[in-house]
Amino acid sequence: MEKEQVEQLCKSLTDRNFGDVMIVGGGISGIQAALDLGTAGFKVYFVEKSPTVGGKMAHLDKTFPTNDCSMCIESPKFVECKRHPNIEMITYAEVESVEGEAGDFTVTVVKKPRYIDESKCTGCTTCVEYCPVVYPDKFNQEISKNKAIHIYFAQAIPLVPYIDDSCLYLKEGKCQICIGVCQSKAIDFSQKPEKVEIRVGAIILSPGIEAYDPRAKEEYHYDNFANVVTGLEYERLLCATGPHEGEILRASDMRHPHNVAWIHCVGSRRVTPGDNSYCSAVCCTYTQKQVILTKDHDDGAHCTIFHNDIRSYGKDFERFYQRTENLPGIRFIRSYASIVREDPVTKNVTVRYTTPEGVKEEEFDMVVLSVGLVPPRNVEKIAQAFGIELNDHGFCKTGPANPLETTRPGIFVSGAFIGPMDIPEGVLGASGAGSMCGEILSYRRGNLSKARVYPPEKDVSQEEPRIGVYVCHCGANIGRIVNVPQTVQYSLTLPHVVHAEESLFICSTEAAAMLAKDIKERGLNRVIVAACTPRTHEPLFRDTLREAGINQYYYDMANIREHCSWVHSKEKEAATEKAEDIIRMSVARAHFLEPLQEFDLPVDKRAMVVGGGIAGMTAALSIAKQRHEVFLVEKEKELGGMAKRLHYTLEGLDVQAYVKDLIQQVYSNPMIHVYTGASIPETTGYVGNFTTTVQNGRGTSVIKHGATVLAIGADEYKPTEYLYGQDERVMTQLELEGRIAQGEEKIVSAESMVMIQCVGCRNEDRNYCSRICCSHAIKNALKLKEKNPQMEISILFRDMRTYRYFENYYRDASNKDVKFVRYEPENPPQVEAVVEEGRPVLRVTAADPILEKKLALDADFLILSVATIPAAESQEISNKFKVALGPDGFCQEAHVKLRPVDFAAEGIYLCGIAHYPKHISETIAQAYGAAGRALTLLANDTVVASGSVCSVNEKMCIACGACIPACTYGAVEFKETKQGKKASVIPVLCKGCGLCNSKCPTGAIQLKHYTDVELLNQIDAAGSKELVLGSAEAALAEA
Amino acid sequence: MSADASFKPKMLGIICNWCCYGGADLCGVSRFQYPTYIRLIRVMCSGRVDLKFIFRAFLTGQDAVFVGGCHINDCHYNPEGNYDAYSMVTLCRKLLEHIGINPKRLRIEWVSAGEGIRFAQIMNEYSREIQELGPLGSSEGIDEAEMKARLEEMARLIPYFKLAKMKELALHDHDEAAYARLFTTEEVERLIREAPSYYIDPEKCQACMTCARKCPVDAIISAKGQVHVIDQDKCIKCGTCLSACPPKFSAVTKLVGQPAPPPLPEGQRAVVRTSKEATA
Repeated sequence: MEKEQVEQLCKSLTDRNFGDVMIVGGGISGIQAALDLGTAGFKVYFVEKSPTVGGKMAHLDKTFPTNDCSMCIESPKFVECKRHPNIEMITYAEVESVEGEAGDFTVTVVKKPRYIDESKCTGCTTCVEYCPVVYPDKFNQEISKNKAIHIYFAQAIPLVPYIDDSCLYLKEGKCQICIGVCQSKAIDFSQKPEKVEIRVGAIILSPGIEAYDPRAKEEYHYDNFANVVTGLEYERLLCATGPHEGEILRASDMRHPHNVAWIHCVGSRRVTPGDNSYCSAVCCTYTQKQVILTKDHDDGAHCTIFHNDIRSYGKDFERFYQRTENLPGIRFIRSYASIVREDPVTKNVTVRYTTPEGVKEEEFDMVVLSVGLVPPRNVEKIAQAFGIELNDHGFCKTGPANPLETTRPGIFVSGAFIGPMDIPEGVLGASGAGSMCGEILSYRRGNLSKARVYPPEKDVSQEEPRIGVYVCHCGANIGRIVNVPQTVQYSLTLPHVVHAEESLFICSTEAAAMLAKDIKERGLNRVIVAACTPRTHEPLFRDTLREAGINQYYYDMANIREHCSWVHSKEKEAATEKAEDIIRMSVARAHFLEPLQEFDLPVDKRAMVVGGGIAGMTAALSIAKQRHEVFLVEKEKELGGMAKRLHYTLEGLDVQAYVKDLIQQVYSNPMIHVYTGASIPETTGYVGNFTTTVQNGRGTSVIKHGATVLAIGADEYKPTEYLYGQDERVMTQLELEGRIAQGEEKIVSAESMVMIQCVGCRNEDRNYCSRICCSHAIKNALKLKEKNPQMEISILFRDMRTYRYFENYYRDASNKDVKFVRYEPENPPQVEAVVEEGRPVLRVTAADPILEKKLALDADFLILSVATIPAAESQEISNKFKVALGPDGFCQEAHVKLRPVDFAAEGIYLCGIAHYPKHISETIAQAYGAAGRALTLLANDTVVASGSVCSVNEKMCIACGACIPACTYGAVEFKETKQGKKASVIPVLCKGCGLCNSKCPTGAIQLKHYTDVELLNQIDAAGSKELVLGSAEAALAEA
Repeated sequence: MSADASFKPKMLGIICNWCCYGGADLCGVSRFQYPTYIRLIRVMCSGRVDLKFIFRAFLTGQDAVFVGGCHINDCHYNPEGNYDAYSMVTLCRKLLEHIGINPKRLRIEWVSAGEGIRFAQIMNEYSREIQELGPLGSSEGIDEAEMKARLEEMARLIPYFKLAKMKELALHDHDEAAYARLFTTEEVERLIREAPSYYIDPEKCQACMTCARKCPVDAIISAKGQVHVIDQDKCIKCGTCLSACPPKFSAVTKLVGQPAPPPLPEGQRAVVRTSKEATA
């Protein structure tokens, strides 16, 4: 009944201004939410206040800890959003008010006038050229200049200019030059702000953050010293599309700085007026990234980092820190630092800081303020418009357990508006918020969604190959090393190459449009993009081919960035020669490419979740609430996982009650089938079609499911150090927590306790930080202080990594007289059991690096903050499910930044501490994220399978049978033909590995898209500068 | 052997999309440096790497080839193609050794997508090793023409190797030592020695064209009324013709350890009909 009503409503509205979900904020988090929901069958309105989507990520040069090019990985998503049939993008617009309730909101959106008719503008930018008004470019943090009419940045979506307030006509009614030069008559000064009402069922709020403005604190002299810049400005300076084309130049004299200092915690971790009490969570690591990039630009540069703890708490951050530390000319100095003066002549900046030897002053060419993150500028207005509450810091107020819920039902939040976070957290939160929208709107899923329509495909298989080669500068990533114009000239000398050109960013929409146009107008039937890795960008360009009406398999990618310019950054000539070779190899292959057809595989609508902790249960519930059956498999006899040992969180969550409720919900949900005490002897299949055997006391079940979520948890490290296991007064934080919760008298009335941090990690065996232990220690210390204020508690730490709001509790603990004593890893604390004045104590001796003396602490109990280590069975699970583990043994996501809950293997998702140690609220967000990603698959009836499968040339098959056992997918079988027994491939079962191909003695079975001919020609082209196509066939005939 | 610092080897890596290629990408992203003379080809699975790719690479001037896959038991695919790659490389190294090529010129390495640094280390270390080894051929004391002839000879035998060692090439053994035992030098020598030739006896051939139709590689020169002849350069020694020849003719013979006799010159291939002979 409900459904009918909705359908009727849809019809009556003819889908104008009626959608399922509105996403407000077009940064990376909003983009992810839009793509997930659009793909999962919802109609999405995607509203962004600036002239383009992209958000803060688009302003970054690189992303830590991999130093991937930020724009390169983000911009394909812009294009995806734009091309998505279920996403309607409204840029340069803001939400004025939200009326109604969950399931039925009416949102009033005000579109600001661009003064450009988007439907007419071609993005040619002639207007920009002629515009006489030069004003500071916002994208480049106002370091360089732009015009009053301009496109926000090269990859902007939509790729349409807008006219800023600085326009002469808007200000004084003069000029209008742009109107005269615009051939498309797209300029329209009569535009007025336009109000639209849009009805949606749910809202995701992802307005992001702003960088802290250091003007609030005079002591940084940000406004009056030319060579003091913020981290975000420095990011633009580093970037090839930045104000000086990737040259780091000082504002005072346009010279390269060689001696640069970074000051940490600007605007963070302080309670003085104008500062923020929380830790901004990303600045330590972004500084390290900037240091590494500075050294990339100038390997003789000296870099000094003034910090107050290095908070490398994220996955792979610790190694990134070490990498930075090990570079020559790098100093990390632990000290608050202030800026004291500027040299009137050189404009160098002097920094004052303290060392154990006393106060020092030092001069630098440039000082970068590692500024923190603050809520969006107009946050009060946002709160009012959406009717949501803010927390004490002005970020979005969320529950203690679920960080994706706002105070208004039906409105969810994702990204850094929850609080300072890095990109992957913003992305997984977006998928999670998407899943929560799905929970309330699943009854109407698919009603408004449309399928993507491509133009009919032109058959070019009988034509002579006409190859087009596009060589990308990738800003300066390629162009700075490889001589791009030379490679273009070279490409034109290669057989069948009829067109070659260079591009600053071939992944920009503009370039993609140009490429599509070339295919049509120049009659290209093969396209080679010489740029970055096909592992990230191939889908984007294949799609462009489809849009241009030729088969997407006529595409090849020459990786001249990851495999050339980035790995040969000191050898420009050799790198250029190599780039030419790579292009030649690609041409050799492209010549023989064949058009292939993809096919649809059915998707089993059920999901399996492995692991019944908080992560697994949350994911299972979210999927089940979206009307998909879930099989929840847990190895223990009871659900609950690691959380069974937790009792309270810093934010005040009663963990036991929460888990109990969650278990209750799981058992009472009819869509969830729970298997406890279970093992998984076998799992097979592929995306959309898995078959898993589950065994437990009740027997063996063979379960078919379309998606898999692995939430297999982690273990607590069992220490061998500090008398653990030998002296019963030594315990781990988890053990302590259990005993506090039980109210054990001995514990709560103890006179003194010592806690040691980083036990079993941040060392050679486990080169990572366990992220949660600093806050865990503070949590227990505060709990003990609450019960027994007299207790003496000392925490021996290396760096206190209480990121984000946990910093407040650190301060709280310090105010409550918890002692913090730092130790260096070279000089770890010593523990011995002694009797002091008749009282048996544990004596902990530590060398305090500040006081430079030995400190002896006598404690009744010693608490070890031990590492979180990968679950014992993770290797086995990884082997069975064919998913990867990272170097530390945790589950390896498909992409650190942009696919944080996907495995590389399609249809399998990850969440919880199996991915990396994390807090409960983070686990919950990630579990919703995994559910959201699973729904992008389960919500569809089919999944597209690659056309790159094997096929048999029956004439050549001698029925030797080598191929059949090679394929454990059962895709190859014998069939009887008139010519006798022949091998035959069942394409839907073939996964395209090509094992059978290399086993075949005659070459009868060939993996399409990686055929012998294609690969042999590529090998030939690698060996010789002379490209003789087809010489491999002769060899083939011989072989 | 003294290293010639000016020698820039040619090196080719054929690496799997899921792990090693990802490792090479991460290596780039992390800006780890390695020598410029390495070229990479992407395949979906290291198990896709064919014996003939390796020989083709050496024939077209590579001084070294490496195959890169996922770590053992981490293969992206169910059939665990990296085991197959391992068997193939093990055999190939023996074959290279047999024709006097240093087997160090072929390597197999496991690199995960998270191991950018490992990829760089392997590239740097392997290229140093090959640089020290010197150019293919001259450092082995084999001249160019001879090297080419030997490689071509081996390349021609690949289909035969695949058929004869089908079981071994499909070995999936978790014990690495099993691969060391997989192909002994004696076995490989015998394998090569015993490579058969197929020969059509012009006396017996009745030009029925059955064998020619069945030959998977069109290696049988046939025409109506003309005695069929096997083009030995094209023949892949699969023996299909032997089983295809009607038993009443039994014209095809398998020769081991001796070359096939030269074919009848064109123009003298008219069939002598056995049945007609009987009536005459």
